[in-house]
Amino acid sequence: MSMNVVEPHAKPQRPFALYGVDLASRLLLGTAQYPSPDVLARAVEASGASIVTVSLRREQARGRKGERFLELIEATGARVLPNTAGCRTAKEAITTAHMAREVFGTDWVKLEVIANDDTLQPEIFGLVEAATALTQDGFKVLPYTTEDLSIAERLLAVGCEVLMPWGSPIGSGRGLANRYALQSLRAYFPDVPLIIDAGIGAPSHAADAMEMGYDAVLINTAVAKAGAPVPMAAAFAQAIEAGRAAFEAGLMGARDMASPSTPVAGTPFFDLPPPDSKPGND
Amino acid sequence: MRSPKLTTDDTKLVTSLSIIVVGAGVLGLWQALTLARLGYRVRLVEASAEPFAGAASLYGGVMLATDREAKSYPLIFRRLGREGMTLWRAACPDLSCSGGLVVASARDRSDLERFARDTQGHETLDATKLAHLEPELAGRFASALYFADEAHMAAPAAMKFLLDEARGAGSDVSFGVSVPPEDADTIIDCRGLAARDALANLRGVRGERLIVRSREVTLRRPIQLLHPRHSLYVVPWGDGRYMIGATVIETEDDGPVTVRSALELLGGAYALHSGFAEAEILEIGAGVRPAFPDNMPRVIVRDGGRHIFVNGAYRNGYLLAPVLAKAVAEYLESGARANALVEVV
Ligand SMILES: Cc1cc2nc3c(=O)[nH]c(=O)nc-3n(C[C@H](O)[C@H](O)[C@H](O)COP(=O)(O)OP(=O)(O)OC[C@H]3O[C@@H](n4cnc5c(N)ncnc54)[C@H](O)[C@@H]3O)c2cc1C
Repeated sequence: MSMNVVEPHAKPQRPFALYGVDLASRLLLGTAQYPSPDVLARAVEASGASIVTVSLRREQARGRKGERFLELIEATGARVLPNTAGCRTAKEAITTAHMAREVFGTDWVKLEVIANDDTLQPEIFGLVEAATALTQDGFKVLPYTTEDLSIAERLLAVGCEVLMPWGSPIGSGRGLANRYALQSLRAYFPDVPLIIDAGIGAPSHAADAMEMGYDAVLINTAVAKAGAPVPMAAAFAQAIEAGRAAFEAGLMGARDMASPSTPVAGTPFFDLPPPDSKPGND
Repeated sequence: MRSPKLTTDDTKLVTSLSIIVVGAGVLGLWQALTLARLGYRVRLVEASAEPFAGAASLYGGVMLATDREAKSYPLIFRRLGREGMTLWRAACPDLSCSGGLVVASARDRSDLERFARDTQGHETLDATKLAHLEPELAGRFASALYFADEAHMAAPAAMKFLLDEARGAGSDVSFGVSVPPEDADTIIDCRGLAARDALANLRGVRGERLIVRSREVTLRRPIQLLHPRHSLYVVPWGDGRYMIGATVIETEDDGPVTVRSALELLGGAYALHSGFAEAEILEIGAGVRPAFPDNMPRVIVRDGGRHIFVNGAYRNGYLLAPVLAKAVAEYLESGARANALVEVV
């Protein structure tokens, strides 16, 4: 038997690309909170991440005094995606994005506008406002948003080509808090790259998002604050690959076995077609 | 001249190497003190005319907190930290050896649990035991981690102590000398971040801190408050003074403290003890910690031993300064290269 037969129901493999750039890995890694730049560099390598996010502090931009650290990050070879972490208004985020473009020489920006310093929840009005201004200014914006469909539409309408909905609040490690809404978002925008941006605490959460058909996952705290960040980065890489492969292979779907299916009166069980059988599904 | 130092029977010095230590931060002072005590002819030169004005060391906590810090470093850190603690205890009677506490608000309990899991050398205290140890925290926190084997001291007092000891041991110390003389057998470069001109992977990490004075707050030992984003500590400096620190920002900028950082630090101190609301702010400023990519310090020997760099102490310069001085002394005595801190180039 030939090993080259295409599996009948595997989904066509769509390469992962953002703003026209093909990316080898579906893992994006944040660079904050590691024990040292050395551990960070080894975690990036173990994760295979092709993008690392960096939050630019004003203090780093002052006279470019953060250079040695930024050089260490650039030396990982991953593409640097600056973010506007901690910005509370559109104006702050826009200013930070401009500083980041100058410091990193990239027009990509992960746009964060935060509603409050506690939950770090996206401030969606400011987000749309900043996304509008920045895309007009030539930025390629990757917005950190909620799972809300109408905000997603606004962001796409103003020129964002990718969305980064949260799984749960930043740093909470709670996984996908609102699966139903995240599934709806995926179903609504089948062709828009969707990246889960926050709240991932365990590799299983990341696999979950990937099985749902999300294009990629961004992780930071779960790796940086792990007992051993480097092996944890590798564990996430495997989970994300497994989740993606599972999505492409097509999951069987769960069945509720708790309530017995009622046989049609007078018909023996073995005559019934399986409840979800489709032609050719064997 | 590179012969090991010779001593007579009554251990009096006959000949010895002449050494110039450059930079009177905590690393340079410990070098001068240790080597002078061993009988070397030591000159310590410091660029700033006013003692410690240009030193990152002035911004230290100062906590000697091996067990709390160890989780962020390679395994060897714990042994080095313990050694540092022993050397400090032997040298300095003014050190407060009252341990340290780690607390978290009820909501951040999981951070405290993780901290307990990731560290050794602590005891978990319930509210009653905490109240016994630190009465003013009674009712504020349900539990705490107590690290018994820790010590602390006010940075200016620690620096003054080391300077006096270095002089007392026979080091010749001069301030306001920025072009060090080269007429010595060995130059020990302890210039801190200024040595980044010679050490390619040395970087600076900004740390902001405040000094306040309170008539209401009485805390006996350093208290660290965990928070998911900015962990904070308060160190009692005596006379009602407290050091509140410290941010960790990857930049070499030593400019003024931002409002954001000040809010984080002061907000944290207030959350720890509401009595800080009425404290007076005596000082606010930022120091820049010199660090290598793994955040571990090193002794780097160049030119066959003529130039020795001691640097990269990051957040633990006080703790590890005596250990680094001992490593240099051992290298000078016997050329020992087995020391994990010493890198011979
Ligand atoms: C906010 C903060 C809190 C900290 N808390 C702690 C703590 O609790 N415990 C702890 O162990 N550590 C702590 N640290 C870390 C500790 O302060 C540093 O690791 C330590 O100060 C580094 O000391 P150093 O001697 O290498 O550098 P420095 O203290 O910077 O000394 C270098 C000296 O060299 C001088 N110099 C430079 N160029 C020349 C030249 N050409 N000629 C002559 N002299 C020159 C400088 O003027 C300076 O005085 C803290 C640091 C900060 C910023």
